[in-house]
Amino acid sequence: MIAIRDVSKAYAGPRERSVLTAISLELARGEYVAIMGESGVGKSTLLNLVAGLDRPDAGAIVVDGVEVTALDDDALTALRRARMGFVFQAFHVLPYLSVAQNVALPLALLGVAAGEAQTRVGAMLDAVGLADRAASMPRELSGGELQRVAIARALVHRPAVVLADEPTGNLDPESAAQILALLAATIRAHGATGILVTHSHAAAATADRILTLTRSGLREETRR
Amino acid sequence: MSAARITPWGAVTGGALRANGGRLVLSVAAIALGVALGYAVQLINQAAVNELSAGLATVAGDADLEVRGPRAGFDESLFPAVAARPEVALASPVVEVDAKLAGDRGELALLGIDVFRAGPIQPGLVGEGEDGLDVLRPDAIFLSVAAADALGVKRGDRVGVLAGLEPVELRVAGLLSARTPGRLGVMDIAAVQDRFGRVGRITRIDLRLRPGTDVAAFRAALQAELPPGLVVARPEASLRAATSLSRAYRVNLNVLALVALFTGGLLVFSTQALAVVRRRTQLALLRVLGVKRRALAVTLVGEGAAIGAAGAALGLVAGYALAAAAVSIFGSDLGAGYFRGVTPRLGVEPGSAAAFFLLGVAAAVLGSLAPALEAARAQPGPALKAGDEQRALARLATPWPGLALWAAGLAASFLPPVRGLPLFGYAAIACLLVGTIVLMPRVAHAALSAAPRPRAVPGALALDQLRGAPGQASVSLAAIVAAVSLMVSMAIMVASFRQSVDDWLDRVLPADLYVRASMTTDTAFLSPADLERLAAIPGVRRSEPLRAQRILLAADRAGVALLAKPVDPADPARQLPLVGAFVVPKPGDPPPAWVTEPMVDLYGYRIGERIELPIAGRMAPFVVAGVWRDYARQQGAVMIQREVFVALTGDANANAVALWLDPGASPDAVSRAVAAAVPGGGNLEIATPGEIRDISLSVFDRTFAVTYALEAAAVLIGLVGLSSSFSALVLARRREFGVLRHLGMTRRQIGAMLAVEGFAVSAVGLAVGLAIGWLISLVLIHVVNRQSFHWGMELHVPWAGLAALGAVLLALATLTALASGRQAMGADVVRAVKEDW
Repeated sequence: MIAIRDVSKAYAGPRERSVLTAISLELARGEYVAIMGESGVGKSTLLNLVAGLDRPDAGAIVVDGVEVTALDDDALTALRRARMGFVFQAFHVLPYLSVAQNVALPLALLGVAAGEAQTRVGAMLDAVGLADRAASMPRELSGGELQRVAIARALVHRPAVVLADEPTGNLDPESAAQILALLAATIRAHGATGILVTHSHAAAATADRILTLTRSGLREETRR
Repeated sequence: MSAARITPWGAVTGGALRANGGRLVLSVAAIALGVALGYAVQLINQAAVNELSAGLATVAGDADLEVRGPRAGFDESLFPAVAARPEVALASPVVEVDAKLAGDRGELALLGIDVFRAGPIQPGLVGEGEDGLDVLRPDAIFLSVAAADALGVKRGDRVGVLAGLEPVELRVAGLLSARTPGRLGVMDIAAVQDRFGRVGRITRIDLRLRPGTDVAAFRAALQAELPPGLVVARPEASLRAATSLSRAYRVNLNVLALVALFTGGLLVFSTQALAVVRRRTQLALLRVLGVKRRALAVTLVGEGAAIGAAGAALGLVAGYALAAAAVSIFGSDLGAGYFRGVTPRLGVEPGSAAAFFLLGVAAAVLGSLAPALEAARAQPGPALKAGDEQRALARLATPWPGLALWAAGLAASFLPPVRGLPLFGYAAIACLLVGTIVLMPRVAHAALSAAPRPRAVPGALALDQLRGAPGQASVSLAAIVAAVSLMVSMAIMVASFRQSVDDWLDRVLPADLYVRASMTTDTAFLSPADLERLAAIPGVRRSEPLRAQRILLAADRAGVALLAKPVDPADPARQLPLVGAFVVPKPGDPPPAWVTEPMVDLYGYRIGERIELPIAGRMAPFVVAGVWRDYARQQGAVMIQREVFVALTGDANANAVALWLDPGASPDAVSRAVAAAVPGGGNLEIATPGEIRDISLSVFDRTFAVTYALEAAAVLIGLVGLSSSFSALVLARRREFGVLRHLGMTRRQIGAMLAVEGFAVSAVGLAVGLAIGWLISLVLIHVVNRQSFHWGMELHVPWAGLAALGAVLLALATLTALASGRQAMGADVVRAVKEDW
C-alpha cells in the first residue's frame, strides 16, 4: 500500500542538516504502524513526504500504486483529497465551521452529493461519539472532543491512508487513551493503512507494528 | 550589551518589527501622507493670509482707526470734519479703486493718497521716484514690486488703466518699497478722483489718534455721527473682512486634508489590531511571565506613538515640499481664485508644525489604543491557546458606542454654525463615520448572513469564515468604509454642486450675447450713451443693462454686491433664479429688493421684511421681495430695479449689458458691431452664454481639482489599508491554509476562497460606504456647504460615476486579497500546521 524506497532528505541552510538517509519501508493495506524516535530525527518529515507535502532529495514513495514523488502539486493535492486523511496534534478544526461542517469538508471537496454526505457525516460522528454535537461550534468542545472531530474528518471520505502526527500530544492521559483506541478502531474498521507518529510508548502500543526512527535508519521494534 | 538583556518593549516590539515590517512601513507612510497633506494645505493657506495681512497692514499703516464706506465712495466734505476732531492727531484720506487695465492685462488695486498726510501713517505707500514731484503729478503711478513684476514694467514705462472704456495712460514713476507686498499702484488722490470719476469722493479715512485717547469710546462716538453706509473700525476688521470670504474655503480644505490623516489612523488601527491578534499568544506568554497589564498596554500604545512620530516627522518634510510645489503650480489659493494677486512666501511656523506633528502622533495612538487595551485585558490562559484570535476582536462587536455616535451625529447635523464655521457639521460627519465603523461587525455579520452560501467549496468556506469571524472582517472594513464613504460623499456633493451651477447658469444666462465692461472693478463701465448705441445695433432686439456696486453692511464682513437691472416685480422669476416663493410689494410699500441666499444666512433677511440699504449716503428702504440663488458672489448680493437705483444715485452707467438678438442675427456679427459701436469697444468683454458657461465650469473644476486630489489620497490610503489588513489576516491564517492544503484544497481553490472573501468584504464595505457616503453628502450639502458658503444646491447623485468607481474598487480589492493570499501561500504554509504560534 505504501512503499518508501531509499528516501533521503536534508534541509538547506547555513549548516545543511541531513534528516533522513536512505529510509525504506513497506506497509500493507490495512496495516497500522507507529513510528517513534527522538525529536528532530525526521518523523514528521517522513509523514510529510508520504503525504506529498514535501519532496525527498532522493528515493521514491509509492502510495496506493501512485508514485508520489513523480506527481505535480495539483496531482498531489488530488491524491491527498481522495486517498488520505490527517490527524494533527493541535486538532486544527476550523473554528468558523460547525462540527458537522468540519467533518463534511473532505466530502465537499470531493464533490459528494449533499444527501450522501449528510448520511456519511452522521455515521462518522456516531462512530466517534459526537452524534449529539453535530451543530456545535468548535469553541464549545473540549480538547478530546475536538480530536474526535479531527478523526471523523480524517476518515469520513474513506481514505486509503491515515497519517496521524502526535494526535494525543495535547490531551490528558485518559482522553489520550480513548482517542488512541478510537483512532485505531476506526482505521481498522475502514480498512485504511495508518501511520502514527508519536513519542508515547502507550500510543505506539495501539498500532500493529512499532518502528523506531534513528539517525541510522528505521528499526522495527514490535510486530503483533 | 549582553545578549540576554531584554525589556518588555524589546520582547513585544522587536519581533513585531521583524514579522510585520512591511505593514508598519505602510502605517508610517499613511500617517506621513495625512500629515503632509494637512500641513501643506495649512502652510499654503497661512502664507496667503500672511501675505494678505501684510498688504492690508501696509495700506493701513499705523492707523488706529479707519472710516470706510461703499466702493462708490462718500462725500469728501466729511474729511475735514473728522480730521478736526480734537482726538485725531493725523487723518489721511484715501480713494481706493479696483482698476481694470487696458489690453486685457487684468486688474490693479489703485490707491489715491495725499502724500503729505499719508507719509506719517502709511510710509509704505509713498513711492520714490527720480523726480520728487512725481508723487503729485496726475500721470504718475508708483507700483509695488509685485505689480511691476506681474505687468512686466519698469520705471518710465507706461500702463493703461480704463476709465469707462477709454484707457488713461499712466507713467510708472517709480516703485514702492520692496517691503510693500501685494499687487497695487499708488497715485496722487486728486489724480485718481479726477481721472476715474471720483471727484469730491473718497472711500476711506485713516486716523491716528492722540496718545491717551480711549479708542473704543471715540470709535463709538464717531460711528454715531457718520452718515449711513459708513463704518469706523480698527484696521484688523478690514483683515477679517478680507479673509472672511476665503475662511470657510480654507477651513474646508484643512478638514478635507485631515480626512487623509483620519484614514491613516484607521490604517494604524487595522495594522495594530491584526498585529495584536497575531501576537496574541506571545503577549499572553509575556503576561504569564510577569509583564503587567499596564506595561503591555503602554508598550503597544508606544508602538503606535512611534509609528505616528515617524510618520508625522516625514509628513512635515513632505508637506513643506508639497506646499512649495503646489504654490508654484496652482497658486496660493490652489486654483480657487480667492487670493488672486497674492504672491505668498512659505514659512515654517513652529506652532503649526508642532500641531500637525501632534495630530499625526495622536491619530496613530488613537488607532492603536483599542487593540492595546484589548491585549492588556485578555486573560492569559485562554489567549495562550491557538484559535482564541476571534475572541480578541469580539469586543469590537458591541453596538452601543456606534449607536450613540450615530445619534450624536444626527443631532449635530441640526445645529447652527459656530463663528461662521460648520463645526457641528464636521462633528456630525465624524460621528456618523466612526459610528458606522464601530457598528461594522454587526452590519458585516448581518449582511454576510443574508448572503446565499455558494455551492463551490472555496466560496462556501469563504463565506463561512467571514460569518464566523466578523471582527476580523470589520478590521479590514474600517479603512475601506471610511475611504469609500468619504469619497462617495464628496463625489455626490461636488456633482450636486456642479449640476446646480450648470442649472443656475441656464437660468442666469437667458440672453444671446453678454457685453461686459467689468464686473469686479470700479473704473470700467458703459455710459448711458454707450448703452443707447448698443441697443441701436441692427440685430439687437432687446438690451438689459446691469449695474454693480459694493455696499458695506458690517465692518468685519466683506462688502455686499448691490446690483441693479430691469426686473418686473410681478414676475421676478423671469429675470432671477428665485429660490422658493416671492412677494409683490403692495402700493405704498417701499420698492422691492431681491436678496441672495447668503443675505438670509449672514444678515437674517426674510421675505416680506422691510430693510434699509445704505445707497448714495442715505438709508433707502426696501421690501425683501424674494430670495435668489447666486453662485457668483459668496459675500451676498441685493438686486434692485434699475430705475430705483438711478433715481437714488443718479448713476445711469452699467457694468454689463445682456443683448437679445433678432431671429437669424449672427452673434459673431453683432459682437463685431458692438466692439465698433462704442468708443473703446475693443476693451469690452463679449461672450455668448455657451462661452460663459464653459469658462464658469472650468473655474469650478479648477476650484475642486485640489479636493479631488485630497480625496484620491484618502481612497489610496483606504485601499492600502485593505491590502495591509488582508495580508496581515492571511498571514495570521497560514495554519488554516495549511490544514486545507492537507485536506486536499489546491492553491487555486485557496486563492479563489480568498478572492471571494476579498470580494465579499469589499462589497459589504462598498455598499455601506455608498449608503453612508450618501448620508454624509446630505450633511455636506445642507449643513457644511450651506453654513460655509451659504449656497443652496439640489442633490444630484452621479450614478454612472459611482457605479464605475465601485466596480474599480471592487476589482482592486479582490485582486488585493488574491495577491495577499498568493504572498502567504509559500511552501512553509504546510509547516504552519505544526506551529502553535
